[in-house]
Amino acid sequence: MIWQLDLLILTLVVVCGIATITVKDLLGASVIFGVYSFLMCLLWAEMGAVDVAFTEATVGAGVSTVLFIAAILRTTRRSKD
Amino acid sequence: MKHLQEKAQSKPLGESLIVQTAVRMMIPFIQLFGLYVIVHGHYSPGGGFQGGVVLGASFILMALAYDLQKTFGYISERTNAILGSTGALIYTGTAALCAVLGGYFLDYSALAKIIPMNPIDWRSMGIFLVEVGVGLAVMNIMVSLFWDISSGGKMDEGL
Repeated sequence: MIWQLDLLILTLVVVCGIATITVKDLLGASVIFGVYSFLMCLLWAEMGAVDVAFTEATVGAGVSTVLFIAAILRTTRRSKD
Repeated sequence: MKHLQEKAQSKPLGESLIVQTAVRMMIPFIQLFGLYVIVHGHYSPGGGFQGGVVLGASFILMALAYDLQKTFGYISERTNAILGSTGALIYTGTAALCAVLGGYFLDYSALAKIIPMNPIDWRSMGIFLVEVGVGLAVMNIMVSLFWDISSGGKMDEGL
């Protein structure tokens, strides 16, 4: 528990969170969301919740990013209706 | 992005020898690590869910580097469904067996009536059985989610 490190990671988490919802490009948004997940994993590991950090690293940063990108590749640039 | 999407719509993303070789060398280690996480789940960080996701990620990686047909060679759709259901059955079966044998739901010490062992040892063994079940179920659900999303439900070549 080093509060300076906590604060640094937390700032980056907030920046990534805001960037995720403001970026127009869906692929960019999902990549930034992966970065957000990984920073949350770092934050949890740093605060001593190793089990939660492990879950976040595998599910949040690993599988869900792949699933998002797989879903985005099935979309088209402009909506048809 | 647009270029990628056009490429994905016209043909599969293309194969790269470097990526395929790297994935082929990494997959056994990823699966070994997943098994380690499941087996050591009850006294170290990790457990059935995380280990299951790591095991599933190895198949997702294979589907990304090659195509879906290659993963069907290792774990077919039918095997996938059967294994996933077996995992859920192991979990609920262990829990219900405890209740049937006179203990509470998920009270593993009641299992000492089947195999005589110290109740404290049975509590350790019982959580291991449950985590094997959870790991199997999660692995197959993750693989099946990726199959369905990447091929649009058609189960053909994938991305």
